[in-house]
Formats: sequence, structure tokens, C-alpha cells
Amino acid sequence: MSVAPPLLAVEGLTKSYGGIHAVRGVSFSLRAGEILALIGPNGAGKSTCFDMLNGQNKPDSGHVRLLGEETTGKRPREIWRMGVGRTFQITATFATMTVRENVQVALISHGKQLFNLFGSAPNFDRGEAGRLLELVGMGGYADRPCGELAYGDLKRLELAVALANEPKLLLMDEPTAGMAPRERVDLMRLTAQIAREKSIGVLFTEHDMDVVFEHADRIIVLNRGTLIAEGSPAEVRSNPQVQAVYLGEGLLYEAEHREGAST
Amino acid sequence: MAFYVVQFLTGLASAASLFLVASGLSIIFGVTRIVNFAHGAFYMIGAYIAFTLTERLSGAFGFWGSIVLAALAVALIGVLVEMVLLRRIYHAPELFQLLATFGLTLMVEDLVVLIWGPDDLVGRRAPGFKGAIDFFGQNIPSYDLFLIVLGPVVLGILWLLFQRTRWGVLVRAATQDRDMVAALGVNQKWLFTSVFAVGVFLAALGGALQIPRDAVHHAMDLRIIVEVFVVVVIGGLGSIVGAFVAAVLVSELNAFGILIFPKISIILVFLVMAVVLIVRPWGLFGKPEAAARKTPGLTVNPWRPLTSNERLASLAALVIAATLPLFAGNYALTVGSEIAIFVIFAVSLHFLMSVGGLASFGHAAYFGLGAYGIAFLAKMAGLPMIVCLLLGPLLGCMGAAVFGFFAVQLSGVYFAMLTLAFAQIVWSIAFQWVSVTGGDNGILGVWPEKWAASPSHFYWLALGVAALVTIALRIAVFSPFGYALRATRDSLLRSEAIGINAKRIQWTAFVIAGTTAGIGGALFAYLKGSVFPDNLGISLSVDALVMVLLGGVETVSGAVIGAIVYKALNIWLVSQTDLSKLVLGGFIVLIVVVFPKGIVGMLEMLAQRRRKSSPPGSSLLAKPIESAE
Repeated sequence: MSVAPPLLAVEGLTKSYGGIHAVRGVSFSLRAGEILALIGPNGAGKSTCFDMLNGQNKPDSGHVRLLGEETTGKRPREIWRMGVGRTFQITATFATMTVRENVQVALISHGKQLFNLFGSAPNFDRGEAGRLLELVGMGGYADRPCGELAYGDLKRLELAVALANEPKLLLMDEPTAGMAPRERVDLMRLTAQIAREKSIGVLFTEHDMDVVFEHADRIIVLNRGTLIAEGSPAEVRSNPQVQAVYLGEGLLYEAEHREGAST
Repeated sequence: MAFYVVQFLTGLASAASLFLVASGLSIIFGVTRIVNFAHGAFYMIGAYIAFTLTERLSGAFGFWGSIVLAALAVALIGVLVEMVLLRRIYHAPELFQLLATFGLTLMVEDLVVLIWGPDDLVGRRAPGFKGAIDFFGQNIPSYDLFLIVLGPVVLGILWLLFQRTRWGVLVRAATQDRDMVAALGVNQKWLFTSVFAVGVFLAALGGALQIPRDAVHHAMDLRIIVEVFVVVVIGGLGSIVGAFVAAVLVSELNAFGILIFPKISIILVFLVMAVVLIVRPWGLFGKPEAAARKTPGLTVNPWRPLTSNERLASLAALVIAATLPLFAGNYALTVGSEIAIFVIFAVSLHFLMSVGGLASFGHAAYFGLGAYGIAFLAKMAGLPMIVCLLLGPLLGCMGAAVFGFFAVQLSGVYFAMLTLAFAQIVWSIAFQWVSVTGGDNGILGVWPEKWAASPSHFYWLALGVAALVTIALRIAVFSPFGYALRATRDSLLRSEAIGINAKRIQWTAFVIAGTTAGIGGALFAYLKGSVFPDNLGISLSVDALVMVLLGGVETVSGAVIGAIVYKALNIWLVSQTDLSKLVLGGFIVLIVVVFPKGIVGMLEMLAQRRRKSSPPGSSLLAKPIESAE
């Protein structure tokens, strides 16, 4: 670790619903340009963890810092203004607008022109909107109604929208869910390429292990709300605790009681 | 003390009917997701039929039999309505359903007068409950005591029906997830029909049971439906227990409100409703609404600004409209001015409803506030007309700023109901605060100054302002703000994720729409030379909704065309027939069922079909400035 604060620093994040500890004391960090995968079986606390990072949900305790600045307790839109772009597990786009207009709205917001009543939105920063669409390979679709797009294209559009505020960090919740195998590889390759070029940190959750092991620089593994492993794809793959969690219930109990065995 | 007890009991007795009607509305909404505006009409028909039957059939059996028979007959009418009309629009946006059932209400109002005449009808007393009981020197009608007992009994029966019967289980399941129930092989059609029949039966029973207490008249539908809306919103849509508690609460507020705040008794109930909605937006016993249906969702035609050719055509239309005084008489010019004013009103609602996805059911409040603003400024402060026209709409602006702030905290049906409630509050103030507003007599003698007094001059003024307002709002639609507003309509989740403060955007849109409506109201006051509480009443609010829908809710220019066609038709109808409501209601139902895309939407579709090969830029969008002719 260098002296400068990491891009994203998560410390002791905890959240419980009623008596259930959804997330318990999760800590990790993320460097600029790094691609970090957050994995774990269903119910491990991935979504809860993710929602606390993007402001959808408030942690009971713990901190999230972006370049040293606290984001805990901030609203999603405030976190976005700090330079965090995001995509959703189920795409959220503006269905009655064209593809270009979807990006333009994000650019309007980024340029703080939301309350501009007299400008021309159809001509708003067309150049940048075009560049972003080209970047994700959607240049030819700019004038198509967003509601007509295929699902994979919607995912790419979301990526373009997420990049509109020149983010330092991208949060992607199951970016390849619902896509064909070929599209998954393409989308993640594209994301990785953009992240490295622009030195953007990427945190994503994912169920497809092929995607995870191929594209993540580092992987963190959640089980029952606690972080059980962290490391390079190779390290995580060979980690006995992770294997236990993913392969056998019988080893699970043991794994939990050997907490701290791996880092 | 005894007096207060009696007042309390009177309140409880009133609650019985209110509960019956409200529970019916709630059950129907729970399963079909239709907010049945016609529920008040069914209540009224129930009362009328019961009146006729009790006149014919004698004796105790005759009376009570008539009540039940009347309710059954109306339930049968309900089944017909459900099968013929509602089945066609279950998948339409909820706004269309509200409108279709409102159209029905209009038709029923005229039909009832046609059959039973316009006079109040005083029904018989109930056999066995004719007298009154003495309570420490105060009289309590024994029929009231019967009703007080009846309320909880019906609640109990409904509870048994829903908990203990197979049908009840299906209804409860459908309330939670009707698609799942359909997937399990339940015949959804008949489930919906039976639920509608039960709901309508309850409404009609409520109406029939009122005849020993109240005269039957042809305006009782609107009065009860507003109260019922309040009840189900306070209690929570879909909750029967909620309907009961809220019916008691509202009735008691009415009973004691008159004693404690005689001046603002009407407002009190609406204030309580506003507070409940803000604290618990889904009502006291309701559950938060499941993810809202995709707004409008009929087409995904992206909007675009006019091409230069279309601009020229619009300008030409405006110029032609401006030549009207050269060949038309004074009456035509007055009609033209009124149409121009309604164009302003319609485009202001369009901005909120089509662009922002917020369908206000009380938009007339801001129109009327603008009109009252003029009346105050011109009559009381004696300011010159130009100054009045500039300042008058500010009253609409202020009203929209206050009410809009609360209203945008909600969405969908609840937004519609809250705006309706706010409009009723404003209406009540105008109606009850006689010393300032003149109450029902209004404020008379608000005439324009000499330069604008002649029909042609006033027409040009109205036309000019309408053109300016339409252009300004059109610019706003295609401004960054307009895009942000559409963004909040399309996806709140995505808007928030790209830094848009949706509530503030929507609030701003509400204020813009309210102020613009106020401009229309200001001109209207000068056109009519007077201001009345009707200028902010429900029927005017619904006029605005119909104008927007008629033109096409998902088009940019629909509101203008809708206003012209609707207003012209309306004025012509009123001059031609005594049954204008019947025709108008039928017309509204027809639009919803046959032309859900509206006039402009239809034209767009036809144009697209015809020139599928040519670029989309040439599609036939209607002219925005064709504001009066």
C-alpha cells in the first residue's frame, strides 16, 4: 500500500436485518485501474454489501471511503457526483428515449445543466455522447429507441451511461446476468480494457466463475456475511475454504471456524 | 355532554354507508387494480332504484326486499359494465381506467335525470325504525342505531367471506399477485367479474340504505366518490379494515368539524388525508405498492422537435387563426378565446402528465387560483390589467409550490388522489370563505380594460398568450430540464444513479405547470368577467385530463389538438343538446377503448404506416401553435 489513500477503502462494514447478520465486519480496498470481483454463494451478503457501497442501503457500522472521503450515509446521487458510475443487475434505462438521449441525460446531469430550461437537449454534447457510444460499440445505434434494444445492447448502453461522468470507480452488479456466453466475454473484455485505459477501478459481483477468473485482477469471497478469502484468481481458486463453500456443505462448518486462516 | 354523544353516534351512522361504498372500491382495486371512479355512480343508481322499488312494494318485507333487490340489480349492471368495458382496458395505464370510469359517471348523471327527473326524491322511512330514541333530552333516530350496528356486521361478513371461503382465498391471492393466480389455472376473467360484482353490490347497498336518511338526487355520486377516495386513501387501498377505520374517522371528523371549525369543516378531512399520505403514503392499513406499472408504455416513439417545415406549417396555422376576427362574429370570437385559454390549460397539464408522468387530478386548482388572483388584484387592489395579468398567475404558482412539494413525494394513483384532495381544499376555501371570495356567488365585474375589451382584441390577446405559452413549454420539453423530467418518469432508479434529484425536478415541473395553468385562469377571469368556485372544481380538472388524453398523452403536440377538439365539441354539444354529459361521457369511454393513443397518436401511426420507407423525420406531428380557430 502506498501513502496515498486507496481508491476505495471499506472498513468493518456491518448490516443486520432483525436477528440476521447479512454482512459482518467486511473490509477490503481497491486501487485505481484494478478489477476486483466480489463473489459468494446465494445469500452470502453480496447484494447487501453492494447496496451499502452505492448508497442504496445504510450500514449499521463501518466505513466506506472514496479517495479518503467518507461516502457512508450519502445518497446514491451524491455518491455518483463523487465519481462512482454504476450498472444494475436488471438494466435500468430510459425506455422512451433514444440510445443517444440516454447518454445525453447523464451528460446533462454531469454538466450540472439539469435545471436549464432553455437550452437544446437534443444537441447537448452530441460529440461526447457519440464518443461514449463508440467506446462501447454502440455508435451505430444512437438514434434507435432504447425500448427496442436487445438485452446485451442495453447492458452496453448502461456501461456508456455509467462512464458519462468520467468515474473513478465503476460498480457493476452482476454485469453479465442474462446474457449469452459470447456476449459475456465481450462485455467483460470491453470493461477491462476501458478500466485499464482510463485507470478506473471496477468492483463487480458475478455468479459466472469463468468470467470472474478470466477478468478479475483480484477476488474477494463472501460467505454468510463475512469475508472468507481474498487474493488473486489462482490463490482464491486453490483456497480450501472457498472450495468448501462452493463445493461441499460438510466442510462449511469447519471452514467457518478456521476464520482468519487465509487472507 | 349528551349532545356530543349524539353527535358521535350520528357520525358512526354516517360511517356505515361510507364504509360499504369504500370497502367495495377497495376490494375492486385490490384485485383488478382499477380505481373505479364510477363507484359513486353505482351508489347513486342503487339509491334511485331502491327509491322506486320501495314506492311500489309495501310492508316491511317490501322495504327490506327492495333494498337488497336494488343492490342486486345494480350489481348486475356492474357485471355488464365489467364485461363490456373494463375487460378491454385492464392492461391500459391506470389513468385510462380512471378516465373510462369517469366517463361512465358522466353518462349515469344524465341518464338518472332522464329516468327519475332532476328533483330531489325523499324516500320512505324504514319500517320498524321510524321513531327516535330519547337520550338525555336528545333525539337519536332509531334508524341511525340500526346503521351503527350494520357497519361492523358487514365488516364481519366480509371478513368471513375472505377468510373462510374458497372464493375469498382466491381474491386474497389475486390481490397479492394476480399473474401467479392466473398461472395456477384460476379463471381470472370470472374472478375479476365476481369481485367487481361484489364491490358494486356493496356500493349500491350503501346507496339504497341512505334513502331513509337523505334525499336522493343526481349529484350524490360526486360527493360520495370524493369522500370515498379520501377514506380508501387514509385507510389504505385494498384494505377492508382500513376502509372501516377510515370511514369512522372521516365521518367523525365531519360530525365534529362542523361544531368546532364551522368555517373549515370541509377542509379538515382533506387536511387529515394529506397528513396521512405524507406520513404513510400507502395509508394506515395499506401496504406499499408493488413496483409501479411502466408509465405510459403504449408506444416507444421517441420525441423530437419540429422540423423547419413543420414549424412553418405551425406558423401558418397561427396566422390563419389570427385572421378569424376578419370574418367571424362576436360569439365565434368569444368561443375562440375560450379555446385558446383551454389550450394553455391543457399544455400546462401535458407538461406535468406526459413529460413528467405525474397525472394530476386537481390541476384546475391552479387554473382557478390564477383566476382568483386576477379578481383580487383587479377588484380589490384596483391594479391595471397588464400588472394583474403578470401578477395574477403568481397565486397559481404559490399554490403549486406548496401543494406540489407534498404531492411529488407520491406517485401513481396516490399522486392523483392527493392532487385531487388539494384541489378540493382550495375549492372549499373559495366556497366557504365568503367574506373574501364571495363564496358561491363568486366575484363579479372583472372586466378587461378598454384596449382588450372588444371580442377581437381579447381574442388576439388570448391567442397570442396561448401561442407564447405553447412555444415556451415546447422549448422546455426539449431543454435539458425536460430531458431530466422525462428521465425521472422513465426510471427513478437510473435517474438517481446519475445524480438526478427526482423530487426536486418533479417539484419544479409542478410549479411550472401550476403557474402556466394560472396564466390560463387569469385570462379566463377576464373573459368571463367573473370568478366562481367552479373555476377550480373537479369537473374542470377532469376536462384538462380529457383534453390531454384526447390529443394523445404520449405525443408532444397532443394537448393543443385535444384542447381545440374537446372544447369546440363541448361548447357545441352544450348548445345542441340537454344530454351533453351523456354524449361527452360516451365520447370519453370511446376514446379510451378505441383510440387510446389519442388523435395525434393516431395520425402519427397512420403517417408512419404510409411512409415506412421514408426517414422518420417526415412523420406527421401536429402543429404546436394551432392554438385557436
